[in-house]
Amino acid sequence: MGSHGIKDQVAIIGMGCTRFGERWDTGTDDMLIEASNEAYESAGITPDDVDAYWLGTAMSGTSGMDLAGPLKLVDKPVSLVQNFCATGSEALRQACYAVAAGAYDVAMAIGVEKVKDGGYQGLSGAAKIPTDGTGRTLTAAAMFSMVLPAYAKRYGVDQDELRMVVAKIAEKNHYNGARNERAQFRRETSAESICAMPAVAGQLSVFDCAGVADGSAAAIVCRAEDARNYTDKPLYVKGLGFVAGTKSGNLDPAYDYTTFPEAARAAADAYAQAGITDPRSQLAMAEVHDCFTPTELVLMEDLGFAERGMAWKEVLAGTFDLGGDLPVNPDGGLKSFGHPVGASGLRMHFENWLQLRGEAPDERRITTADRGLGLVHNLGGYPGEMLSFVSILGTELG
Amino acid sequence: MGGYVPHHRLQRGDIRGVLGKGGGKGTRSVASYDEDTTTMAVEAGRLALRGAPDAAPDRLWFATSAPAYLDKTNATAVHAALRLDTGTLAMDAGGAVRSGVGALRSALDSNGTTLVVSADLRSGRPSSAEETSGGDGASAALVGEGDVIAEYLGGASVTDEFTERWRGPADRHTRSWEDRFGESVYPDLGRQAWEAALKAASLEADAVAKVAIHSQNARAAGRMAKSLGGIQVVDDLSATVGNTATAHVGLLVAAMVEAAEPGEVLALVSLVDGADVLLFRATEAVSGAAVRAVAEQVAGAADLPYATFLAWRGEIELEPPNRPEPGRPSTAVAHRTKGWKFAFEGSKDRESGALHLPPARVSFTNQHQDDMDPAPMADVQATIATFTVDRLAYSPSPPIVFAILDFDGGGRFPCELTDTTADAVRIGDKVEMTFRRLGTTDGIHNYFWKARLLPKGDD
Repeated sequence: MGSHGIKDQVAIIGMGCTRFGERWDTGTDDMLIEASNEAYESAGITPDDVDAYWLGTAMSGTSGMDLAGPLKLVDKPVSLVQNFCATGSEALRQACYAVAAGAYDVAMAIGVEKVKDGGYQGLSGAAKIPTDGTGRTLTAAAMFSMVLPAYAKRYGVDQDELRMVVAKIAEKNHYNGARNERAQFRRETSAESICAMPAVAGQLSVFDCAGVADGSAAAIVCRAEDARNYTDKPLYVKGLGFVAGTKSGNLDPAYDYTTFPEAARAAADAYAQAGITDPRSQLAMAEVHDCFTPTELVLMEDLGFAERGMAWKEVLAGTFDLGGDLPVNPDGGLKSFGHPVGASGLRMHFENWLQLRGEAPDERRITTADRGLGLVHNLGGYPGEMLSFVSILGTELG
Repeated sequence: MGGYVPHHRLQRGDIRGVLGKGGGKGTRSVASYDEDTTTMAVEAGRLALRGAPDAAPDRLWFATSAPAYLDKTNATAVHAALRLDTGTLAMDAGGAVRSGVGALRSALDSNGTTLVVSADLRSGRPSSAEETSGGDGASAALVGEGDVIAEYLGGASVTDEFTERWRGPADRHTRSWEDRFGESVYPDLGRQAWEAALKAASLEADAVAKVAIHSQNARAAGRMAKSLGGIQVVDDLSATVGNTATAHVGLLVAAMVEAAEPGEVLALVSLVDGADVLLFRATEAVSGAAVRAVAEQVAGAADLPYATFLAWRGEIELEPPNRPEPGRPSTAVAHRTKGWKFAFEGSKDRESGALHLPPARVSFTNQHQDDMDPAPMADVQATIATFTVDRLAYSPSPPIVFAILDFDGGGRFPCELTDTTADAVRIGDKVEMTFRRLGTTDGIHNYFWKARLLPKGDD
């Protein structure tokens, strides 16, 4: 028994990412074609060169044929994977393991979501499984809003001050997103203006929530030893951590909504696989799942970027800003991109792809890239019942 | 006995303020948007059974003029929520207002133990006298032998045929004949029943200490009261609760019994499609028997704006949140999870004592499988660990106030709160569970439990 990881066995050799947004004139098929074309081009290969595909979508498809059909992938194995909001990362995880196992030489993970065709606010099209009608109908925003009073109470932080702290997280991510042509929201927004907005869930305003967007992103992976046949700057997969929670936080009076244990455990596993002992100083950057502003606050502690109870001070100190000690969400995060569920995890890997390879545009390029290691954290669910994914990517072997 | 008066009150004067007509003095009770006659019957039944925890009813009769379902028995949901034995007959006595007093009298004349619950929702056309004078509520009487709080001395009924108040099966609103007609016929019918009941009980009129008179026709009630001479007529709750129709007989008896001195003879006169009179004597057990007195519930109310009343009753339709409506509950799933959905029964790990809401086969504390006992939690109080307000989620009456509940003795459940507002809730507040209707899809009502703040002094 043991989680051994596949450090340095698999490399990303090409990626693509569409513009995220309200793509009224673009269908699911169009976005799959757009993201995969960019990935093929980036790796310098054709669809035929890819031996197997993993399609991640939570609500925009029901089988592998939803990719094989529009791309006309002849005689290819195409799997559909679904794992809440970590669906895109799950597709990548499966593709990496298939290549590491030696089953395929080259594999693609592609995520897509067409959310805006539903006609409702927020995310909606989840599968309609017959139930007894007793399940919660609360929004994710309301579930995550419970973090703020809990955190304020546990660490003795003034509630209004903490509210401003998480607005600062939104301000930071919008600052970064304003410098990203693929982002949905490209306007800077001040923390003060966010605090002045009406609350929609607990203390949270609309601008504390990720937007709703359509989008797609893709990655092509191969065995690490073959990577340089495709690119001079591959990204090696150093660690893949994943935990599906037991949904016990909402049963257990000991759970206090100030931490996401599933995220901490997934990170610990990924760090062990990758040999990371001090993520704060070893990582060049992190893309984390900022579905709501309090989520990013808590993740800074769960991922080991800040001591327990100290993340709010680090946020105020600018630690996670674009020019900070450890830039977090330099692409603008879910805050700026919106959250096409199946695509978001791969979009996060795409930013590592750009930044670690020195290809991010000057106006939002991190200064820490020479550390050579990046992190993606992608979660699904709610405080107390969550699944969490953490990957570590690196520019060098060893 | 149990009387249930919903949390909200409509100030009758507000009707005229909004519509320029109708209204009157005082208040009427209003069922919440998430209540119907079935949920209110459950609440009344819980109160009655809490006063007699060892009772095992042979029968459950549920009377209402506003059944949540036709064809399907409504009493079965009440039966499930009250965790009654599967061998208990549960049936509806539905449709007519007189079925409330009829069910009660039939139970009093029957052998064995009968739980009689009655509930009603009263609406009229906006600005009508029916809307103003009606009220919503429920009552329950556990009828049987043994250590009773009120002994049944005898009763009588007189039946007559006339169309004084009526409503077709598809009509939403009750209509009525000129009230002077009722004023002329009811007192005579009432007197006939009164004399017959006294005779049946071998009592003289001056033995009666108090009388409660139920009539949807206020003039008839007034005349009847006068005809009884000097007997003390108790408050018929028309100024505060309104007339809860099918439920009102039980509500008046409950209120009268909870205020009675041991030994007092209490009379009930009901003037509906004839007249029914029931005579009781309060026993020594009456003192302090009320679990949550009707008077207490009448006092502990919150005002509801008339516009909200109209929206809750479907008289005006508000724009819902732009979120998908919940799907209909699956009959098959709900049947498998009946204990959870209807009775709020979780499971408890035999080794660790960890409570699982909903019940689980594998414990989250030790992964032991199938090592749990049932844990009925509907009557266990809880404390709000934290809460939030959701202005985005779908609700028939947004916003949703939602709390993480930690139950006395251990166990947690995240739960929607009801009968409250966002600014009334504090971390650390005590709550109790209440049976509610979450919504209706494809004509199927989705019943489940919510929590409400405990009335002051009840914790």
